[in-house]
Amino acid sequence: MNEIRLIEVKQDIHADNEALANELRQRLRKEQTFLLNLMSSPGAGKTTTILSTISALGDDLRVGVIEADIDSMVDAEKVAAQGISTIQLRTGGFCHLDASMVKRGLEGLDLDNLDAVIIENVGNLVCPAEFDTGAIKNAMILSVPEGDDKPLKYPLMFSVCDVLLVNKIDYLEFADFDLAALRQRALRLNPTLQIFEISAKTGAGIEAWADWFRREAGAFLSS
Amino acid sequence: MHELQVTEQILEIALKHVEGQDVSRIVNIHLRIGDLTDLEGEWIQHYFDYLSKGTLAENAKLEIEQVPIVLACEDCGAHFKVTKHELGEAKCPECQDDEPNFRMISGREYTVMNLEVV
Repeated sequence: MNEIRLIEVKQDIHADNEALANELRQRLRKEQTFLLNLMSSPGAGKTTTILSTISALGDDLRVGVIEADIDSMVDAEKVAAQGISTIQLRTGGFCHLDASMVKRGLEGLDLDNLDAVIIENVGNLVCPAEFDTGAIKNAMILSVPEGDDKPLKYPLMFSVCDVLLVNKIDYLEFADFDLAALRQRALRLNPTLQIFEISAKTGAGIEAWADWFRREAGAFLSS
Repeated sequence: MHELQVTEQILEIALKHVEGQDVSRIVNIHLRIGDLTDLEGEWIQHYFDYLSKGTLAENAKLEIEQVPIVLACEDCGAHFKVTKHELGEAKCPECQDDEPNFRMISGREYTVMNLEVV
């Protein structure tokens, strides 16, 4: 019988994706385009939040959208109907976007005429947290009806984001949702997390979040 | 849920490391995977068996070493282990600070460590 030999590897499984994500970030710097990756579970309000954010940004920034959907065009059509440059990526059953898919999305947009792009990632609090998309900043939405215990169930998602948008705060009065407990849990996972309470539907809190977006995009574009 | 893509990467990395070497097959693949990741070992093996058919890695066994989540308390410097679901309510066992500030030392590993080959 042949003797078993050992081959040392020590290679990160995500190394290829991370290398491509870093390459994308360099390209975004050259193209002068700020890229935000927006994640949440299905139904948390990603599309509505994107529309109200772009509307609040007004003429300050020209924003395009990359829509990821497992197998439909519903969200992309809704965004495009507002006159926003949109590209739809059908992930064909994939539960998340990775850097190679985002690269394809960016290639389909006219970056010369855009200052920023928002990725609407696949609705899912697990898988998208594992894959670097090449975005400059990561944000997530947690909507009030989902409950304040989500940081305990999906800790990785809360720890990889720069921003947490607590959406549907207009539901607070009907829900058994403890905002203070949510804040404490999320900040324990991620002490530098910026938290904004919003209602994409009523517009509450959107200005403060849009200010953050303007500031971060501005800092990136002038660096 | 994303086990399939991760498994493809594991297979690709393993095959790349035996390329051009005098290897008749890969017997074991040793992985280190942090507890914060959501991978299910059983599913990875299942996908691997499917993807590796007809390659040098066919029938290879994936040996997964789970790496615990270890936090460092930025206030007092203590290191301690927590489970994934304790993370959002973790408290430093040393200083018990009510507003703790933690840094993660381990738990996000995703590494192919080595291959056993014949």
